[in-house]
Formats: sequence, structure tokens, C-alpha cells
Amino acid sequence: MNAKQQLKEGVITNNPVLVQQIGLCATMAISTSLFNGLGMGLSVLIILTCCNVVISLIRKIIPEQVRLAIFVVVIAGFVTIVDLLLQAFVPALSESLGVFIPLIVVNCIIIGRAEAFSSKQSVGASFRDGVFQGLGYTVVLVCMCLIRELLGSGTIGGGLFNGANSFLTLDGTGAGFQIFPDTYAAGAMILPVGGFLTLGFLMALLQYILRKSAEKKARKEKEGEE
Amino acid sequence: MLASLVSISLGAILVNNFIFSQFLGLCPFLGVSNKMSTATGMSVAVIFVMTMASAICWIINEYLLIPLDLEFMQTVAYILVIAVLVQFVEMFLKKAIPSLYSAMGIFLPLITTNCAVLGVVLLNTQNYYNFLESVVYGFTGGLGFTLAIVLFSSVRERLEFADYPKAFEGFAICLVAAALFALAFLGFSGMKIL
Repeated sequence: MNAKQQLKEGVITNNPVLVQQIGLCATMAISTSLFNGLGMGLSVLIILTCCNVVISLIRKIIPEQVRLAIFVVVIAGFVTIVDLLLQAFVPALSESLGVFIPLIVVNCIIIGRAEAFSSKQSVGASFRDGVFQGLGYTVVLVCMCLIRELLGSGTIGGGLFNGANSFLTLDGTGAGFQIFPDTYAAGAMILPVGGFLTLGFLMALLQYILRKSAEKKARKEKEGEE
Repeated sequence: MLASLVSISLGAILVNNFIFSQFLGLCPFLGVSNKMSTATGMSVAVIFVMTMASAICWIINEYLLIPLDLEFMQTVAYILVIAVLVQFVEMFLKKAIPSLYSAMGIFLPLITTNCAVLGVVLLNTQNYYNFLESVVYGFTGGLGFTLAIVLFSSVRERLEFADYPKAFEGFAICLVAAALFALAFLGFSGMKIL
């Protein structure tokens, strides 16, 4: 399997959130500002890549019966490392993601990729799979954050940019760029309701696009035959 | 004491419902809510494991991790406890109550990766609950999960006959329906308990 194909699968055709429909909890819970979304996406990307590589390395010596337990221990180890690193270097992020960082342990994306991919494939392929699936997850998170933040509080890049002097901050205090006054914003989009709605519509959008492109392909093939 | 227990229970069932306001346990929520019977089977298993996990993890944290200064191992220790517990429950039910085991057999292993279970244990630690409060939070959190999943399964049975755009097929329309549920549960957040 080549890298280009894996990239396309991870981000679009086999996107972990929108197509495989796993790892939904954190996606909806933390996608309220760009700061949270990027932080969570990158954390998952790093953990997923490390776990994929390690599990692929030890795939030949894992006994079949206890493989899930071993996967979980490997994942929990890396999650703890990332959790402690975040607490030390980006405490604001660690605070605002809260319980969802340790919960990456039971994020179905990581255990799902371990079971479906890295326990069967070579180290290189597993490494790329980790990066691209993590990238697909990050892309969805960032989309969700942009939509929810814009509609819910009228800003873009909350927590990450300091509106007035467009300064990059890492302490989560930046107010973001105010696109329209927040008195016109629909606050519900920041609440749980908005999470469910946004993800539902994004999923529908991707299904629509994938179906259209499949139809187009089928029509082209048909024309080619005639 | 009683007041705090009541406030924890009401909070876990309604105000901070695990599914509709904390986004914990969504995978099983969407995965098994397509039939009322499977939804109830899953919920019973979840209530049981959540209560047991809360109790055991509290003991481990208080008498093992804290005295040994190993708090950074919490995540690893908790997930191992949950995995072992689920395995144990499965073996026990298989021997002792085979009928119940066959009724909820397939849902048991799934509970290990249910983030509501690990979530409740982590929240117990984060909120510094004592033993009784932890157990009550675990049990009522499970009840809240049950309430959400059973209510939603009856909505999903209706969804099969609904007429919606083709692009929304599958999980997408369920999420939109769940959004309306979350909106309804938002009403509880106005409730101020003590």
C-alpha cells in the first residue's frame, strides 16, 4: 500500500470519525475552540503513531488471546507520557481538555487501528497509517471547532490567537478574531447540542460527496464501455 | 452527607447526563441503541461494571497509589482494573447465571472500551469523592446512561420509517436526533441543586 493511497484513506475515504464513525466522544466534547481542537488532534496523532509503531514491532510475539490487554497497556503508557508532558509544558491545554486526555486510552481510533492495521502490517506502513489517520482526525476536529466557534461565539481561532495584535499564544487566553459581535452568535453551538448537530451535518456532507463521486465514476465507466 | 449524595445522583442522572452533556460513552450509545432489548442488556451490564469499578478503583487509589506516590500511574492502573473486572464478571456470569450471560454476553467485552466507565472513575478521583460518593456516582452515572440509551432506542425504532435526505443515512440522522435530545436535557441545567 503506498503512502498517497494511505493519505487519501486517512483523511477522506476511510476517515476515522466521519466514515469509520469511531472516537466520537472526544470529537464532540472538546471541539469548542481551535486551541482545544488542535491540541487534542495533535495529541491523538502522536499517541496513535507511537502505538502503531510499537505494536507493529511486537506484533509477532503477542499471543492472540491477550492481545487486547497488551494493546491497552501500550496505549495507556503513551497516553500517560503525553498527559504528563502537556501538564508540564502546556498546562492551559491540559486544564481545558481535562479528563479527555486520559480518556484517549479508550479512544476507539487507537485500539481500532491497532487491531485492524498495525498488528498485521510492517512498521513503515503502520507509522504512515498512524500519521495519516491522526491527520484525518485532526482535520475533522479543526473543521468542527471552526464551525462551532464561529457560529457559537462569532470568533475564529479562540485560545490560539490574540485578536487585536494577532499574536500566537499558548496559554489559552487569546480571544481569537471577532468575525461578528457575539450578541448575534448562537450560544447553543458551543453547548453539547451544537456538537451533535455539527458532527451529524459533517457526516452527511461527506456521505453526499462520496456518493456523488461514486456516481460520477460509475457514469464515466459506463460511457467508456459504450 | 445525604444532601451531597442526592445532589451527586441528580447531577449524574439528569443535569450532567453522561451522554447528553458530558459526551462519555457515545460509541456504545450509537452502536447498540438500534433495538430496545439490546439497549437494556447493555445498560444493565454498564451499571454493574461502573459501580464495581468505582468502588475498586477508589480502594486502589487510596490505599495503593497514593501511599506509594504513584498517582501518575492512575490511568494505567484504572484501565487494567476495568479490563480485569470485565473479564471476571464475564467468567462469573458464565458459571453462575448462564441465562443472564447469554442475554448480555456480547456486550460485556465491549464495556472495557466504554469511555463512560473509565470516565466515571477518573471523575471520581478528580472531584475527590469519598468511597460512598464514588460508588453512588458510579451507580447513578450508569442509571443516567440507561435513561439516555433506552429513551433513544425507542426514537431510533421510529427513525427507520422516517423520511429524511439520503445523505443523512446511518449515524448522521441519529446524531441530529441526539442533538434534539441534548437540547431537551439542556433544560435540566437550569436546576440548581443546593
